[in-house]
Amino acid sequence: MGMTMSQKILAHHANLESVRAGQLIMADLDMVLGNDITAPVAINEFGKFGKETVFDKDKVALVPDHFSPNKDIKAAEQCKAVRCFANDHDITNYFDVGQMGIEHALLPEKGLVGAGDLVIGADSHTCTYGALGAFSTGVGSTDMACGMATGQAWFKVPSAIKFNLTGSFSKHVSGKDLILHIIGMIGVDGALYQSMEFVGPGVKNLTIDDRFTIANMAIEAGAKNGIFPVDEVALEYMKEHYKKEPRIYEADSDAVYDRVIDIDLSKVKSTISFPHLPSNTRTIDEIGEGEVKIDQVVIGSCTNGHISDLRQAAAILKGKKIAKHVRALIFPATQEIWKQAMHEGLFDIFVDSGCAVSTPTCGPCLGGHMGILAEGERAVSTTNRNFVGRMGHVKSEVYLASPAVAAASAVAGYIADPAKVMEG
Amino acid sequence: MQAKGTVFRYGDNVDTDVIIPARYLNTSNHKELASHCMEDIDQNFIKQVKEGDIMVADKNFGCGSSREHAPIAIKESGISCVIARTFARIFYRNSINIGLPILECPEACDGIKAGDVVSVDFTTGKITNETTGAVYQSEPFPEFMQNLIEAGGLAGYIAKGGK
Repeated sequence: MGMTMSQKILAHHANLESVRAGQLIMADLDMVLGNDITAPVAINEFGKFGKETVFDKDKVALVPDHFSPNKDIKAAEQCKAVRCFANDHDITNYFDVGQMGIEHALLPEKGLVGAGDLVIGADSHTCTYGALGAFSTGVGSTDMACGMATGQAWFKVPSAIKFNLTGSFSKHVSGKDLILHIIGMIGVDGALYQSMEFVGPGVKNLTIDDRFTIANMAIEAGAKNGIFPVDEVALEYMKEHYKKEPRIYEADSDAVYDRVIDIDLSKVKSTISFPHLPSNTRTIDEIGEGEVKIDQVVIGSCTNGHISDLRQAAAILKGKKIAKHVRALIFPATQEIWKQAMHEGLFDIFVDSGCAVSTPTCGPCLGGHMGILAEGERAVSTTNRNFVGRMGHVKSEVYLASPAVAAASAVAGYIADPAKVMEG
Repeated sequence: MQAKGTVFRYGDNVDTDVIIPARYLNTSNHKELASHCMEDIDQNFIKQVKEGDIMVADKNFGCGSSREHAPIAIKESGISCVIARTFARIFYRNSINIGLPILECPEACDGIKAGDVVSVDFTTGKITNETTGAVYQSEPFPEFMQNLIEAGGLAGYIAKGGK
């Protein structure tokens, strides 16, 4: 019986000829990641093992990105704990404020993850690196601690859903719309314990940033990982960034999938997740003009803080002003993206239109800091979750959308179609 | 290994943001985390929960973030066991790793209401609704997992030599 792409990467890292769905394996890790929320718990657990140091100081990445720049004294203590651990163990890939970016944009950019790698991270959006053909998945702090100590983790080999993509997106539609469309179709547990493998002739029409966004939100369908084949687009990105040689795995032609879903990208419309689940989706044409008035727009995060996301937002905002009652916050995901956006003149466009531009942080996405919502307030956000209380008050609301829809909504003051805002 | 307590009953897709809101994640102090457990969907939970009580929910319990603070908050609040139709995968892994017993049993979820008194035998996998007398069968915990839970989680289990 053939193996899926995900299964092949797992088999290789477990030193096995083949694996099958449901099999429990112990596998070698290429990278173990943690942030300022999850690493302090892991560091505490690590202390219980009696290990002098980590398995490989080059294969641990520590990125204080959630509540940093430190939002309060408690957060400062958490970040300090991570900084001290990084110093004590001489961790190569520790990124403090100034070098720091949002972890899932930063690790690919720094070339620390790439095709064929097996990565665990104590952050659920670790699944992002599947865009480059890596098997990467989120775990908790104890697994991170064990990974740091031993360089290994156990896995239950997942079965997979195959998404066969054809065609290409129409104007103003991007990777975010596709993944929200998929989550709306299969539900927040539609891929529970499974891999989401994206294949087909449509893949070549997806930018690398589209792929990061799609793989990033695999977890919002309950998936263990999301993964793309390694093609010219991925290789070109890795040529510029990745520190190792890409190891390319392809699914066997007789690989078995639990389910195959065909999607014509040209039919995907701008899609918005209404409160309070990512699966609660509506397409833009199902939302009335002025129906959902908003107070805040957030553009950024590990999901949509890439340069092409900022360009899409800027293309809508150029020469326009955001609505009077709206606050719009832009979060480039890394320092490099921040610099690039500045050089391209995107900041002029954002600031002239009335947006505020921030240093990289996860802050508003999880209701941490830098854009908390008051009771009854609504945000359109390019982030990844819209659970109860996610961005602030328990009676606030988050609507998930693409950068184009978020920017258009900032101008209109309500959830709006980018095409209409551009015409208007 | 057994648990017995009064049931707190929840629905589908209870996410980690409502189990422990991110605004409280600037600490990893277990007691402080527990003091905010479930507050965004059930403000009475933390006032009413007693040592040994049991949480029962429907599908995809613990979806969302990888924060281990979520099972830690539940365990520290006094909950002795969570029973659900299904669990989100990271939450499942984290719960076992920190020594919070969790069981998948759709039949039990069909037959258990808020306020029922339920007992669980982890060795046999038997779940008994003491209020109605109904008995349900879930997967028993293998010996190593019982030892792991008694050691307070994976780290303690490894520190003891994994026995």
